[in-house]
Amino acid sequence: MSTATHKLLKGATGDWEMVIGMEIHAQVTSNSKLFSGASTAFGGEPNTHVSLVDAAMPGMLPVINEECVRQAVRTGLGLNAKINLRSVFDRKNYFYPDSPQGYQISQYKSPVVGEGEVLVELDGGRSVTIGIERLHLEQDAGKLLHDRSPNMSHVDLNRCGVALMEIVSKPDIRDAEQAKAYVTKLRSILRYLGTCDGDMEKGSLRADVNVSVRKPGAPLGTRCEIKNMNSINFIGQAIEYEARRQIEILEDGGEIDQETRLYDPNKGETRSMRSKEEAHDYRYFPDPDLLPLEFSQGFVDELKAELPELPDQKKMRFVADFGLSAYDASVLVAERESAVFYETVLDRLGNRARDGKMAANWVINELFGRLNKEGRDITGSPVNAEQLAAIIDLIGEGTISGKIAKDLFEIVWQEGGDPRALVESRGMKQVTDLSAIEKVVDDIIAANPDKAAQVKDKPQSLGWFVGQVMKASGGKANPQSVNDLLKSKLGV
Amino acid sequence: MTDLTSLTLAEARKGLAAKTFTSLELTDAHLSAIEAARVLNAFVMETPEQARAMAREADGKIAKGDAGPLAGIPLGIKDLFATKGVRTTACSKILDNFVPTYESTVTSQLWRDGAVMLGKLNNDEFAMGSANETSCFGPVGNPWRREGSNTTLVPGGSSGGSASAVAALLCMGATATDTGGSIRQPAAFTATVGIKPTYGRCSRWGIVAFASSLDQAGPIARSVRDAAMLLRSMAGHDPKDTTSVDIPVPDYEAAIGKSVKGMKIGIPREYRLDGMPAEIEKLWEAGAAWLKAAGAELVEVSLPHTKYALPAYYIVAPAEASSNLARYDGVRYGLREQAKNIIELYENTRAEGFGAEVRRRVMIGTYVLSAGYYDAYYLRAQKVRTLIKKDFEDCFARGVDAILTPATPSAAFGIGEKGGADPVEMYLNDIFTVTVNMAGLPGIAVPAGKDSQGLPLGLQLIGRAFEEETLFSLGEVIEQAAGRFTPARWW
Repeated sequence: MSTATHKLLKGATGDWEMVIGMEIHAQVTSNSKLFSGASTAFGGEPNTHVSLVDAAMPGMLPVINEECVRQAVRTGLGLNAKINLRSVFDRKNYFYPDSPQGYQISQYKSPVVGEGEVLVELDGGRSVTIGIERLHLEQDAGKLLHDRSPNMSHVDLNRCGVALMEIVSKPDIRDAEQAKAYVTKLRSILRYLGTCDGDMEKGSLRADVNVSVRKPGAPLGTRCEIKNMNSINFIGQAIEYEARRQIEILEDGGEIDQETRLYDPNKGETRSMRSKEEAHDYRYFPDPDLLPLEFSQGFVDELKAELPELPDQKKMRFVADFGLSAYDASVLVAERESAVFYETVLDRLGNRARDGKMAANWVINELFGRLNKEGRDITGSPVNAEQLAAIIDLIGEGTISGKIAKDLFEIVWQEGGDPRALVESRGMKQVTDLSAIEKVVDDIIAANPDKAAQVKDKPQSLGWFVGQVMKASGGKANPQSVNDLLKSKLGV
Repeated sequence: MTDLTSLTLAEARKGLAAKTFTSLELTDAHLSAIEAARVLNAFVMETPEQARAMAREADGKIAKGDAGPLAGIPLGIKDLFATKGVRTTACSKILDNFVPTYESTVTSQLWRDGAVMLGKLNNDEFAMGSANETSCFGPVGNPWRREGSNTTLVPGGSSGGSASAVAALLCMGATATDTGGSIRQPAAFTATVGIKPTYGRCSRWGIVAFASSLDQAGPIARSVRDAAMLLRSMAGHDPKDTTSVDIPVPDYEAAIGKSVKGMKIGIPREYRLDGMPAEIEKLWEAGAAWLKAAGAELVEVSLPHTKYALPAYYIVAPAEASSNLARYDGVRYGLREQAKNIIELYENTRAEGFGAEVRRRVMIGTYVLSAGYYDAYYLRAQKVRTLIKKDFEDCFARGVDAILTPATPSAAFGIGEKGGADPVEMYLNDIFTVTVNMAGLPGIAVPAGKDSQGLPLGLQLIGRAFEEETLFSLGEVIEQAAGRFTPARWW
């Protein structure tokens, strides 16, 4: 692991360093809400997934959904974090129509998960470890609809009470690239664990980004929080803008006001949402409707034993078992679906040890290349893992050349079908029968006596003969055999 | 038929089983009594049709020999309990005409066991009060009056409607809730029996919340045995309330008449207040003597943090209330006042919907939880609460089975007599009862005598957690010795 050097921003007075911390709100994958039995399904008609508890009817009480607790613990384990066997739910009090109780049930002083860390890979083989401060469970809010009536706002409580994990990083992030890579990595871990679908467009993953600047080595500056970011690219843009805004103020002799800001992606700028003076006093106190959340180490150990292999472990295994480069392995494990695809290919291969690395090259170069070109993702790939494994088997066992394999891949992409059967039916098999190749070689030498005579003085012209033979065989002659035969016949 | 209303619940059960009368007759007798007693303002909603339908159903079951333990017994329900299809307001204007689509766990268990609902009972708004004067439906009259006086007295609070209705023989028993004394103090003011069970004994699901860590449901009844019968149906674990405790509900009635010989009864010296009326002192001594005569051993005990209980209670309870009442915002149900924007909607609705005492407590609660004050008030009050709990634990650890105290520092007072200028004057009513809520223990108030003006006075017994049976056994000893008290009818 190399320590990343991070980007400094140039100002009029010299270099500035960014200090960034993030709060990621990840919607927990679960069938029902954190404290009620209502469905968490996305996209229902307004107010169709609302229980009496979610609507905060008089006398209703929250009951913790154990699956959400398991998901939080799994996530904590995936972040190499301390799991707290005892944690406490608190009420965060504020009035807003999307919060029917008048408070959000959250965890304030005693979160379910404590300190952990995430290894984040950057370009050029660099990496950086970002500390996790804590992870806690809390309720999501409902949604206000302002476009249904000219003089009224409507409230949709479907999302209200859905479980969120707030994952708070330490202020260890130093530039926009690291911030983007951190969110990407965290999202990947969550998706591997199956604890959050990571769908940023649907709002399943949102980030609040705290940004401050300082001269390298100086104490921390005053930070601003950019709220509710739901795109990794916007996070990068917002950080760059915000840091430059702060540097400009500081270099003009001003001070940074601690405040909450919003990023406007259309204008590419952040603007003030509320100042520190306007900040709410949330009057946190332990929720008296809920007992402290307690579970045993055995409960944690069981979840740990069932934990799936995570990207870092998978990457190490790919490198060790199949000799992949660290870079290739990272590419394959970055998305859970890609890793699953690659591993399915491996499972179907006739000879994994021999062809595992070739399979990685095919997945990364041919398949991803082609998918990218068409703007598709791996789940919509026309060539499935079985088909790709068959193509690689055919290369590995010498039935087809790599060049033919690319043609075959194209046929399978366009038309589908069983690669092995296609090779048979379309006569794509590589010719390894020496006598057949020899005949072609002899014919070509006989037809070109002048060139054959020159080869001894100009060995590089051997390539011309190879080309001619391959052309005459329709590309199916085994290139190695062609080379060997030509050399012996021409006496090179 | 009006004499049917003078039966105890236990007597009525016998009569129903023997088919001496039907539930419909028993129910009708009470419905008539309710109608005749409207001046007391105990009921805020009468449900005669529903009552008769339930009574007929109970009669059918009794005929088939399929009767539940409370089959055909007409009860009143404090308006804090959500009743499906029947307006539930917590006696606050802010809930307006709120009709729940759900039934509280406690009441659903009463209906499961065959009881009949007569209607909804008045209470202090959101159970905040000690005289039933803060109800948006107006004050409740106590069926008891001072001898030779026409002054209407308060029945205590917050379960004033429950206590008044039971004492005036309008229902055979009533549900009530107790956050700082709201069952025991009105029971003492009306010569009825009221028990606040251990925190977690009854489900809070479907009960409009005041202070979640202190609220507990319990019955107000005409006798100790009746209270035991009602509590057995009301209590029990409920997966919908995670603070309810999953232990079996004993047959509380079996504790009635059980010998108290050898039980150790603590008399806490800190409950001997300066300026306590001599009558209260005398009553307390009488109670101790009765228990001693029944074979119990009396010991003086110390609960050193008692004096901090009331101030700490008036931090914890309003803090929780300020948050629990945030949901009444005019957005989804209940009252909504006109407004130009959302902040105004909140302000107008809550200013109009909440009464003065509720507003005061919401403000106190908001204050003690706010940044910079939390540690000094809320956190400190929680520490006091731990110490109060420990006082009791130490006491019980020395082998004390129950603690005997007065239930209230005085008898009932007139409507408007107290707390007008200084709310603390009213808060002092709970001085003997709040400690029990702070510690989560069970406490029973039993009528024990009358003061010189002929007003009833009660004694309180405090027990170990989940040992309500001890309280029923001891309570019945006092009941036997003191006799039962019925007010002369003036309404």
